[in-house]
Amino acid sequence: MYGLAMVKGLMVTLKNLTRKPFTVQYPEERVRQHPRFRGEEFVWYEERCTGCASCAKYCPLGIIRIETSPSGSAIPQGDKYRLEVFDIELQRCMFCGLCVEACPYDALFMGSGFEQGQYSRKNMIITIDQLRNAEKHPSTWFRPQLEGYEGDTSIRRGTPTIAQGDSRFTYDPRGGPPLGWREVGREAWRWHQKEKAGMRLGQIPETPESAGEKAPEPRADD
Amino acid sequence: MNCQLASDSVLYANGLYRVVYNVAGSFLPCWLAYLIAGLVIIFILVNAVLLGAAVITWGERRVLGRFQNRVGPNRWGPFGMFQPIADLLKLLTKEDLRPQGSDRIVFALVPILMVAPLILLTAVIPFAKNAALASLNVGVLYILAVSSVSSVAIFMAGWSSNNRYAMFGAARAVAVLISYEVPVVLSLLGVVMVAASMSLGSIVEAQALPFILVMPMAFLVFLAGMSAELNRSPFDVAEAESEIIAGYHTEYSGVRFALIQAAEFGGVGVVAAIAAVLFLGGWSGPWSEYLGWLWFLLKTGVVVFLFIWFRATYPRLRIDQIMAFSWKFLLPLSMINLAAVTLEVFFLRGDDGSLTTADLGIMAAINIVVTVVSVIVFGNLIRDRVTLRTRQPQQVAVPGVPTIEVS
Amino acid sequence: MTIRTEPVTVNVGPQHPSTHGVFRVRITFDGEDIVEVEPVFGYLHRGSEKLAEERNYVQVITLTDRLDYTSSMINNQAYCLAVEKLLEVEPPPRAKYLRTLTAELQRIASHLIAVGFFVQELGAFGTPLMYSFRSRERILDLFEMLCGARVTVSYMRPGGVFADAPRDFWPALDRFLEDFEEELAEMEQLLLENEILMVRTRGVSPIPAEVAINCSVSGPVLRASGINWDWRKQEPYDAYDQVEFDVPIGSNGDNYDRFWVRMQEIHQSLRIVRQCIAQIEPGQVRLDLPLVLRPEAGREAYGRVEASKGELAFYLVSDGGISPYRCKIRSPSLINLTIIEHLLVGWKLADMIVSLGSIDINMGEVDR
Repeated sequence: MYGLAMVKGLMVTLKNLTRKPFTVQYPEERVRQHPRFRGEEFVWYEERCTGCASCAKYCPLGIIRIETSPSGSAIPQGDKYRLEVFDIELQRCMFCGLCVEACPYDALFMGSGFEQGQYSRKNMIITIDQLRNAEKHPSTWFRPQLEGYEGDTSIRRGTPTIAQGDSRFTYDPRGGPPLGWREVGREAWRWHQKEKAGMRLGQIPETPESAGEKAPEPRADD
Repeated sequence: MNCQLASDSVLYANGLYRVVYNVAGSFLPCWLAYLIAGLVIIFILVNAVLLGAAVITWGERRVLGRFQNRVGPNRWGPFGMFQPIADLLKLLTKEDLRPQGSDRIVFALVPILMVAPLILLTAVIPFAKNAALASLNVGVLYILAVSSVSSVAIFMAGWSSNNRYAMFGAARAVAVLISYEVPVVLSLLGVVMVAASMSLGSIVEAQALPFILVMPMAFLVFLAGMSAELNRSPFDVAEAESEIIAGYHTEYSGVRFALIQAAEFGGVGVVAAIAAVLFLGGWSGPWSEYLGWLWFLLKTGVVVFLFIWFRATYPRLRIDQIMAFSWKFLLPLSMINLAAVTLEVFFLRGDDGSLTTADLGIMAAINIVVTVVSVIVFGNLIRDRVTLRTRQPQQVAVPGVPTIEVS
Repeated sequence: MTIRTEPVTVNVGPQHPSTHGVFRVRITFDGEDIVEVEPVFGYLHRGSEKLAEERNYVQVITLTDRLDYTSSMINNQAYCLAVEKLLEVEPPPRAKYLRTLTAELQRIASHLIAVGFFVQELGAFGTPLMYSFRSRERILDLFEMLCGARVTVSYMRPGGVFADAPRDFWPALDRFLEDFEEELAEMEQLLLENEILMVRTRGVSPIPAEVAINCSVSGPVLRASGINWDWRKQEPYDAYDQVEFDVPIGSNGDNYDRFWVRMQEIHQSLRIVRQCIAQIEPGQVRLDLPLVLRPEAGREAYGRVEASKGELAFYLVSDGGISPYRCKIRSPSLINLTIIEHLLVGWKLADMIVSLGSIDINMGEVDR
């Protein structure tokens, strides 16, 4: 009425004039990334990888290329594969993280970078050597063991937040030391109950359902 | 050679001009001294306008950024001050594009025609006491006449671009410019009447009380009208970027675009300067003998800030609403203002036709009341369109609509 | 001499500052008045429905993120509901609450974009848009905490959500809710009663209830026309039957009503989020389903949600394989576009842009 609301609008903008800018001046300042951030620079632990290519099969875009050959190292258990090619075509990756979700042995992790600009698409392919030699700062996306509360179902409003001095809760992939393959695994995995992640094949306990996958059929409940 | 500048010359009042003229005239022919002195002043003015445009570009982006809770340009120089220079360099190195089917000559003329009136306008603005290049005794008339040239340029731009968006923008701009000329002229008539002069210098001197207080309504009308003439928000229909891309300068790029932008932002500065002179008392203020230029710059800056503030806050009006606003709101207001001022001047003026400061105070008191009353009266006329009906979330039965079955 | 005039045809889009992406309307103008409208779309067609047929049920989630990229959480939710119906499973209650909560946060974010761009198209030079993005940014930060991505979230899975919220999520959510109150109040102060906004939008492009129903419009556009229709109320899914909220209804379906309904829905969404926080219980967040799902052959499911733009539904047919035999997406933006002729014809060029903004189309969803 009578332009009073317009005057009110002027006051709102004037109030914001005196406020500190909300934006972040990117190259100098950075927003704090959450450890779950799904970024490039995939982290791959060769010690954990069996070459099953679950990640390649589960990738919606099919950008992971894996080639293996019999290694002849564990013939009695059905041999172990040696990985020859593990290419990730990063230029087509959409960072959905399904490959990480599919990996049964905690061998593949997302990274947390987002700045890998290249002049050529060829350079965007991460090869097995790059994966081997990269410094390993895994993201906690779908890896609750890194966040330190695996199996803790009491996470809800009201529970104490980050415990003081508890380093498990303050894990930050962008800072801190790189993690080795022994530090990132889970002791037990739902789909491989008897098999410990990171085990070499000779160590698998001799039970019939040791390597048993769950039935692919959905539960026939209800 | 002993050259003597005639004391009734329009250039006589300018101290710098006289100094240059006398120095040059001491060893050069008079006509050459006249020319050199003129060129010196013109050099200063042209650079002032273009630099002012650059400063306003930077300031606007910076302040607008803060209004919007962001930082604005901050990469080049301290506080991003060199951003306009970087922009200019980028635009200068661009390809000179002319759309197919455009009128080549008219298309190329437009940027020049847009910048020229601005520089002409600065000729009469008194930056400080006796610092106008030409103290024209018809200064206000000159301003109105010269500033209207830009509407021709805008229409040329729209017509020659061979682009329908540009044509839309040009048609809108011309309609707006012509209708806003009328209330602006009427509001300035009041100023001229009180100051009893059309010369900008005399108008500043007449402002014992700033005319914004004496005639607040005239200031409102002038500000709105000038926003419209500058295509500034909320009247920026001519280059409404969300509707018609960039309006009349859709097809311009490179150095031509740079000139059009310079004209636009320079225009803000020049209009703000005019507003400061006409309504805010120009260079007058404490120690105006020495700090007049500072007062002038300060007041101009305040008006520029007002323009930026409006731009940061308001949405745009539609073209027919802008026309209605001009003819149905601003025109009556300016006429009321004119009538009030006429009567007040008639009854309050002394025997010699002059007004004392006390007279101005009485006028201010009356006019502020008149302004409030008329804004309320005219606001009431359009009240129905702008009042928020209170509504509560509720089920509304719609007649004629079949009830929808929920399965 | 009589002046000869003729209508002018202008291609608005696909490259135009305010057609919400690559939408194109061929408009015939008589002066500034619109006499004929012909929408042309398909510039962003990516064949999502066909692509879904050769991806397995979980992989399709990544496609749904990219439909309406301003409300990917809700797209995830609609798809997951469809798959759950197909599998005849029900997610655990905690997952339901997490889904409801994230969907409502996403609705706030989406409506903020809608309102921001609506006012941007009215000509406010970026200010309301920046204010709404300021708040939206906070919501995206929350999403990053939850699932590591800000826009293409892929958070939900058939049978729940992929993981529980991290511990620092809840305090951050509280902080957001606290700050957002003030930011929302600021936006309302700036916009809700602004005279210029009112004269521009009140009574412009009204959609009568009959037209809205006949065009099978949904979402805020339908509710602005005065029809109380919200799938969250009509057919509650996830945890919507556990929370209380109102459905804001407009009166005459003009541009202002559509804008007003969205502003009110933000308030209602905040209410839902608060109730979710209060009600959520500890527990499992995901059913123990295998990675590769194989629903029974011949089964069909239609999962629908009230997305931020209207009724979003996925129709899935299974042939017993690992990927859907058919995946039909009922995208609200496309169906809402059917009222475009009623919206635009007879109004001016400036109203056209605003009306387009008021139905809040998203080309990712229109062209799919």
